[in-house]
Amino acid sequence: MKIVVRDVTFAYNSHAVLHGVSLGVAEGEIVSIIGPNGSGKSTLLRCLARVLQPRRGAIFLDGREILAIDARQWARQVGYLPQAGGTSFPITVLEAVLMGRKPHIRWGVMPRDLEAVERAMRYTGVEEMARRPLGELSGGERQKVLLARALAQEPEVLLLDEPTTSLDILHQLEILELLRQLAVEQGKAVIMVMHELNLAARFSDKLVLLKDGSIFAAGRPEKVLSVASLKAVYGVEAVVSEGRFGLEVLPLRPVAGRGTLGGDDTT
Amino acid sequence: MGWSCKGPMFTLKHRTDPWNQGRDCTGRARRFLALRPSPVPRPRDRRGTVEEIYASTTFRKALLLVGLVILLAAAGLVAATAGAAQVGAGDVWRVVAGKFLPAYRGTAGELARTVVVDLRLPRILLAVITGMSLAGAGAAMQGVLHNPLVDPYILGLSSGAAFGAALAIVLGAGFLAPVYGSVGPYLVITNAFVFGILAMWLVYGIARLRGTAPETLILGGVAIGYLFSAGVALLKYVSENEALKELVVWLMGGLWGATWEAVRLLFPLVLASQAVLLYYAWDVNALLAGEEVAGSLGVNVRRVRLLYLGAASMAAAATVAFTGIIGFVGLVAPHICRLLIGNDYRFLIPCSSLLGAALLLVADTGARTIMAPTEIPVGVITSLIGVPFFLGLLLKRRSQISL
Ligand SMILES: Nc1ncnc2c1ncn2[C@@H]1O[C@H](COP(=O)(O)OP(=O)(O)OP(=O)(O)O)[C@@H](O)[C@H]1O
Ligand SMILES: [Mg+2]
Repeated sequence: MKIVVRDVTFAYNSHAVLHGVSLGVAEGEIVSIIGPNGSGKSTLLRCLARVLQPRRGAIFLDGREILAIDARQWARQVGYLPQAGGTSFPITVLEAVLMGRKPHIRWGVMPRDLEAVERAMRYTGVEEMARRPLGELSGGERQKVLLARALAQEPEVLLLDEPTTSLDILHQLEILELLRQLAVEQGKAVIMVMHELNLAARFSDKLVLLKDGSIFAAGRPEKVLSVASLKAVYGVEAVVSEGRFGLEVLPLRPVAGRGTLGGDDTT
Repeated sequence: MGWSCKGPMFTLKHRTDPWNQGRDCTGRARRFLALRPSPVPRPRDRRGTVEEIYASTTFRKALLLVGLVILLAAAGLVAATAGAAQVGAGDVWRVVAGKFLPAYRGTAGELARTVVVDLRLPRILLAVITGMSLAGAGAAMQGVLHNPLVDPYILGLSSGAAFGAALAIVLGAGFLAPVYGSVGPYLVITNAFVFGILAMWLVYGIARLRGTAPETLILGGVAIGYLFSAGVALLKYVSENEALKELVVWLMGGLWGATWEAVRLLFPLVLASQAVLLYYAWDVNALLAGEEVAGSLGVNVRRVRLLYLGAASMAAAATVAFTGIIGFVGLVAPHICRLLIGNDYRFLIPCSSLLGAALLLVADTGARTIMAPTEIPVGVITSLIGVPFFLGLLLKRRSQISL
């Protein structure tokens, strides 16, 4: 499934957030949206997920305007994981993951639904928690369950808002490798919001760097993550090197005049 | 389909990754084992596969459903035999079979027939219908408004209905007043229904201006409720003795007005409401995950919310018009079921409805027999039975009741 975002502009009431964002994602591709807090990453992903409607511009899925697609058909093609935040609902882990099968279920739950659920739970490593209430899990465990829900949906396009943020390093790697496997083997398109620049660079085909709601840079990670762009967008001085394991970003310090304690400037 | 690794090997086409080269897709599993020193045998047999767990939890839910049907049937039998006139279970069977089974040839005494058919049966059925509609509506509204304190009377429904009834009782005014000629029960019923629905529409209309968010609906309902309550208070203040008494009795709620006509009118309505609630049960389940996620799972959040609230309030308003305001059932029956089987609305709606029906039927039977010939308001009994049971569950069960 190919996604094209054309000149999307969005505002919450009068608060303009996205300004003319355009990008394209091919199938089998992993694209990470990066940028500072409040730069509009989640807003862009919400527009992609049809949660928000752009003020101007349009988004196309395989050439069709997404707002024109039938809801059920849409739900079978696109899975969305919102940014983690509070909403814990009183159901069991199994019920939460089963929810991902909603677009495939008419009324009865079929064996293939349960198979998809089991697979998804195994992939995120939550199969042992099936009976537990979602509200009693740790933040990372819950995130894995919600990710499993999106996977159980078996969509062609995955939209993930910070899927690895509260996971430990083992699970970060496992989830990201799983996503890459899905992209490479099954041609899924993955668009995710990331904060961890090194992981984003390593696991993404393309990065989209947002600054104040506009694309500052987009393309291959080594092109986007430059010393200059990190300084301009994040206000951080960093070292970027091409190491043995690919691109390595080491943030050093805020650029002079930012975020220091009462002018006690050590530089 | 699926995520399983089918190909023997996969090589990354577009990028070279030294830490990934030569890995096949079983690498994940292999590394998993390598990281865990002694691969414990999977506790499959103890906890079961997803399929087994799903089957067992679904069985539990179905069990509750069946149990409640049996409970309701038993309560119905007790209610049919309880009362001043001596009518045994055998008589009840003969009468009911004689009435509903054309092939049945047995005969029952004239007294038994009159008591059961004319008095007890309509009252039993009205209790069942009312309990079902109130408890089903309670579960539904708690579900779509994501608030455990909501009951079917939220959205100003009860106050609106009360105001309509008060208008009819005190002033003899109201819709269709010319048609009925004088103040009769029909005027009260129609008025209560119309004003109940009117209040609800008002609240919904207001909330629509702000995207029908649950908070707006609830707070709007409370505000409109106060408005109509003020109207009721005013009407009470200006009413004559006779009307005041009638109004107070109506406000307390009860099933003495049960007739076959009421049952025939309400039954299809409540059935239709239940059908709508069941039809959208999956959507409401998905709504538990939040509006954004539900939307991305293909749920039309606005439409589901409107239809759920509409179907639930219709049934509640219609029954309230006949019975007056009967509280508590709609609030507590869904919570009791929720504590037992969780938040799966496919089962929660029918279970709550059945439990509400049973609760109200038992309470009403108590209400008309305990101090016979004086009737105790049914709301008193409902609370006396429901509260201890509910509190017991609440304290015993660790699981959350929240929404
Ligand atoms: N519902 C909302 N109503 C009004 N403004 C909003 C809303 N959601 C986000 N915003 C604003 O829009 C801007 C972009 O928010 P967004 O959530 O897209 O940021 P983000 O890039 O995802 O940030 P973070 O890294 O913190 O998740 C912020 O200034 C935020 O305050
Ligand atoms: Mg965000």
